Amino acid sequence: METAEQIRDRLLVRFPGADIAIVANPSPSAQTSLLLPAPHARDIAGWLRDERSLQLDSCSNVTGIDWPDKEVVDTVRTTVADPAGGPAKIVEQKTKRIQPGCLEVVYHLYSVALKHGPVILRLRTGNRSDAVSLPSLTPVWRSCEFQEREVYDLFGVIFDGHPDLRRILMWDGFQGHPMRRDYVEPDDYEWEPTPHGEVLEKAKKHYPTIAPPAAADVVVHNGGAPNP
Amino acid sequence: MSVSDLLPFGSDTSPLAAAGASRVRPVNDEFHGDLLEVSMGPHHPSTHGVFRMIVTLDGERIVKLKPVFGYLHRNHEKLGEKVSYLGSMPYTDRLDYLSSMTNNWAYALAVEKLSGQIVPERAEYVRVILAELTRLLNHTCLAGFLMQDCGCSGTPLMYAFREREKILDLFESLSGSRMMCNYQRFGGCRVDPSSEWLAAAQKLTDGYGAFLDEYEALLTGNEIVMARTQGVGRLSSSLAVNAGVTGPMLRASGVNHDLRKVDAYGVYPRFNFRVPLGDHGDVYDRYMVRVLEMRESISILQQALGGIPSGPIMDPKAKLRGFRPKAGEAYGRIEGPKGEIGFYLISDGSPNPYRYRVRAPSFVNLTILEDLCLGHTVADAVIILGSVDIVLGEVDR
Repeated sequence: METAEQIRDRLLVRFPGADIAIVANPSPSAQTSLLLPAPHARDIAGWLRDERSLQLDSCSNVTGIDWPDKEVVDTVRTTVADPAGGPAKIVEQKTKRIQPGCLEVVYHLYSVALKHGPVILRLRTGNRSDAVSLPSLTPVWRSCEFQEREVYDLFGVIFDGHPDLRRILMWDGFQGHPMRRDYVEPDDYEWEPTPHGEVLEKAKKHYPTIAPPAAADVVVHNGGAPNP
Repeated sequence: MSVSDLLPFGSDTSPLAAAGASRVRPVNDEFHGDLLEVSMGPHHPSTHGVFRMIVTLDGERIVKLKPVFGYLHRNHEKLGEKVSYLGSMPYTDRLDYLSSMTNNWAYALAVEKLSGQIVPERAEYVRVILAELTRLLNHTCLAGFLMQDCGCSGTPLMYAFREREKILDLFESLSGSRMMCNYQRFGGCRVDPSSEWLAAAQKLTDGYGAFLDEYEALLTGNEIVMARTQGVGRLSSSLAVNAGVTGPMLRASGVNHDLRKVDAYGVYPRFNFRVPLGDHGDVYDRYMVRVLEMRESISILQQALGGIPSGPIMDPKAKLRGFRPKAGEAYGRIEGPKGEIGFYLISDGSPNPYRYRVRAPSFVNLTILEDLCLGHTVADAVIILGSVDIVLGEVDR
């Protein structure tokens, strides 16, 4: 089995315009992956499936990952010479910037014919709001059909060229994509007659008028008389 | 209320309705060439849970079938991100609730890949024993359910459940629970099986072949079973591979692909066993492959129970509380009774996984359900779905 680096080198020869990167994996599993450019993804996937020495005929697992916008602090150190002739000072300048997030789709490929794998492919969307389209790999591997629908359903990635892109686990009229990290539950939580703790906090948020019953409102049934 | 309100949905697509005519159609020859849409499920005993098939029929033949599911969806993967690594272990029992032991193992394997933990030899043997018992249990149940779907009401299912209960008794005495075992841990197993337990497992294994003989004498050569299942729901090997079908379904189509051999995880390379393959890829072959797999499982169990070493059941260095794997990702998979069950984990160094993904075999195996059913009758669709072997707890997650 060739390493991800070797496959990348062969892909760069075959697809000269494509910008293919290696995504490192520091964990003991050492499953490194290939980050593909979206415009070339389907051609590359087809090549990986048909190339005789690889024959990645089975796409085992397809899933999405949400990477929200992240605040990154850049520290720049500059050495400033002391005008009085003393030792030079090191001045740290910190700047905050927002690293834009993206949605990522991961494909785990195996070869049933040659019994090797995995080769891991990753695709990234431009952002998390309006540029969420990626090419569908269902025309290459049929196993992506339901799994890409699931990624669309739960993450909101739109797969161009998918034969039947509908919600699959949530119902058709559902709003939002629940696997996104910033997803907020809708206003239909289970109401409790005596809310407390976390539920009470939620109840206050959803129904600001909620208050414990006043003592005067407490009705004693049966007029307080002993039961017959 | 008008009569049109009483008509089944889809009837408004009739040519008459399109022409603006009355939506009440006369019962006469004008029906010829009309398609009928039937909604099977979600509450239908043949769907093995809460599963719906929207079937379009031309006469008796299926021309279109759309599976609809998600009724049992609880966003299992989101739950996995909210709890610690160990906290997800009991949840994995609820995926494929017939085979919690293999779910546990697949999850433990993925976490061990992520953290680089070593599993002691005795624990590996115990895992193999439990996985093969789970395979026996699952395939026995499947055979019973399939015969029930064929219309063979009662007897085969009860015979299967009688044997299943014996295996569940073993699981209960070991883990404390019949079905929700929560038994595997990262770097080993939770409880060390006693010698009495191993003797009981040995006794069950010794007797299982006789049960299979009895069961096969009833069913395998049965004329009605053969007439109902042979040539029904054929799946070609090329489509099976391309559609990611795994497990006995893939092997019934003649593809020699068993992760116990291919990935050689655990201590499986030490055991001698064969991989049964089918020729035709029809429902009968899927049934037959599972029966033959049970025979191989018995052989693996005999070898594992005979050769189980003594020693620790948990890696002494394994950390259960405050477990934080280093940042990275891992995909671990094993051969579950229904196919390849895999877990994909991303760690960011915190106590909870950043991403927790379950690759459920029955979910992916359902992709080609429509291809299998096209051209068959509704009664055949029922047994084709039965032969796919789905559990909705895992499909819907």
